[in-house]
Amino acid sequence: MVLGLGLAVVAAPGCHKRPGYVTNIPGAKTGVSDMPPNPPIEDEKNKMKSTTEGITSADPAQWEKATRNAEIFKSDTAYFDFDSSVVKSSEKSKVAVVADYLKAHPADGVSVEGHCDERGTEEYNRSLGERRALALREELVSTGVSPSHVLTQTLGKDRPADSGHDESAWSKNRRGEFILLTLPK
Amino acid sequence: MRRTAILGFLIVFGNAIVLQAQQPEIVIPHVVEGPGRTKPIWVSLSGFTGEASQVLQFDLYVQGFNFTNTESAQYLLSGSNNGDLQAQASDRISKAAVISPKAYRGGTLRRQAHLFVDEFAQKLGHQPICQTKIAFKGENGKASEVYISDFDGQNAQAVTRDGTIVAAPAMVPGQLALYYTSYKLDHPDIFFQNLSTGARKIFARYGGSNISPAPSPNGEQVAMILSKDGWTDLYVANSDGSNLRRLTKSPQDESSPCWSPDSRWICYAAKVSERRALRKISASGGESQVIATSGLPSPTEPDWSPDGKLIAFTSQTRSGFSICVVSPNGGDATQLVEGEDPSWSPNSRTLAFARRQGGHYVLSLLDVPTKQVKDVSRLSGIGSQSQPSWAR
Repeated sequence: MVLGLGLAVVAAPGCHKRPGYVTNIPGAKTGVSDMPPNPPIEDEKNKMKSTTEGITSADPAQWEKATRNAEIFKSDTAYFDFDSSVVKSSEKSKVAVVADYLKAHPADGVSVEGHCDERGTEEYNRSLGERRALALREELVSTGVSPSHVLTQTLGKDRPADSGHDESAWSKNRRGEFILLTLPK
Repeated sequence: MRRTAILGFLIVFGNAIVLQAQQPEIVIPHVVEGPGRTKPIWVSLSGFTGEASQVLQFDLYVQGFNFTNTESAQYLLSGSNNGDLQAQASDRISKAAVISPKAYRGGTLRRQAHLFVDEFAQKLGHQPICQTKIAFKGENGKASEVYISDFDGQNAQAVTRDGTIVAAPAMVPGQLALYYTSYKLDHPDIFFQNLSTGARKIFARYGGSNISPAPSPNGEQVAMILSKDGWTDLYVANSDGSNLRRLTKSPQDESSPCWSPDSRWICYAAKVSERRALRKISASGGESQVIATSGLPSPTEPDWSPDGKLIAFTSQTRSGFSICVVSPNGGDATQLVEGEDPSWSPNSRTLAFARRQGGHYVLSLLDVPTKQVKDVSRLSGIGSQSQPSWAR
């Protein structure tokens, strides 16, 4: 809910002067960079303050010595539609599995790694992969996982799961993987 | 209402067609030469053989020259290459010498040929490019490294040997140095490397991903895409990493920043109302503006020509990717050839780009005015070469 509200407020004026879609509020500036922040909204499940800002990333230095476990959440890899970073409802149960584990093991963290299929240019895909990771991170945080325990990174189209050149392969490559991070005791 | 038909093959660049419904007249402006529609400069080559001949042909072709016989050429280039190169160039019609007979000594034959073409180009008012370098990403199985080579692909050297993933090498204008993204620390971070000394340092290692570095032409700043604040946004910092400023604040995507030649504006790929578009923003912040690429969808990976006149970019349609150009003020965009990720040479007419071949990329050069294209030499042992950055 918090997430939805934040996105709804940002998205409408971001459509820049589309008549009928944007209500001009007298005295307010349009344009994404001039958007004043929303007042914080309290949510029972998520005590984190909500603004129209994104969620500040976790500190990679804190997790440098962690062991990576790529196997544990392998079957929870979330898949995306073409050119999209929207977390589909069919994928949310996978996020829930990861969230439940992290809440049961609060010292652990997770690296969310976004990937793309080959049908995009390299740097566009690098950016899209990160947005996929960020979207999954927002889902995790919205269920109560601490944002400082969720890292994100993009692999662009550099690490396909399937090196084929058809939709069957591409659909397997548009994904976000969850890598468990465990710090040494 | 009578519809007036416009002859389809007349392409108008930058001019308006007046369409009068009631009147029978059409005002058709004369065809203006423009990107992809300019005739080559015809030259003839006589007396050169083997490698010298190949180098001369390559170097001239990618700068908009093409080859014909001595009766039809505008310029006559002749000479020999028994050991060293001897060469001259003259205007066929006026008979005036462009380069008086010259003997080259020292260096390799390739280099001598490059020098001759540089001198010839300069005499015609073109910026020389035959001794410039291009940095690029080379993939070797699972790992990719940054390489630098001569502009024609020869003499490639590895800049990194980390056995990890690299992306988006970006040469610093006027310096033998570059920025690039590397996963050496298991995370996409931006590094700066001095190619003269080999020394490198971490430039950006924030949380999230640090990608797409773009140094400004005056060497003072670097633009990049960071996600440390939760969204993939455009940031700028001084070239030593200090004074980080956030220029966009949007859950929509931003990617691939590039600079105007005066180091005042940044052009980048973004979205407008859910559709991909190019935008530009002042490096000191403020509202961004759209750069319309009318007719050509999904523009990404822009690069601004050193003379400021054109922005090259990749356009994506269902059928594939094209190298295109547009005025920095936006408007009609011109589709040129199949390919991606253009990088301008110092002469503002030749572009390096990557094109897909089978499952990998090869590097190629395009002369924008004539649309003449030629692949560069390929590095053996490397599967894919992409993301060129021309040293300017």
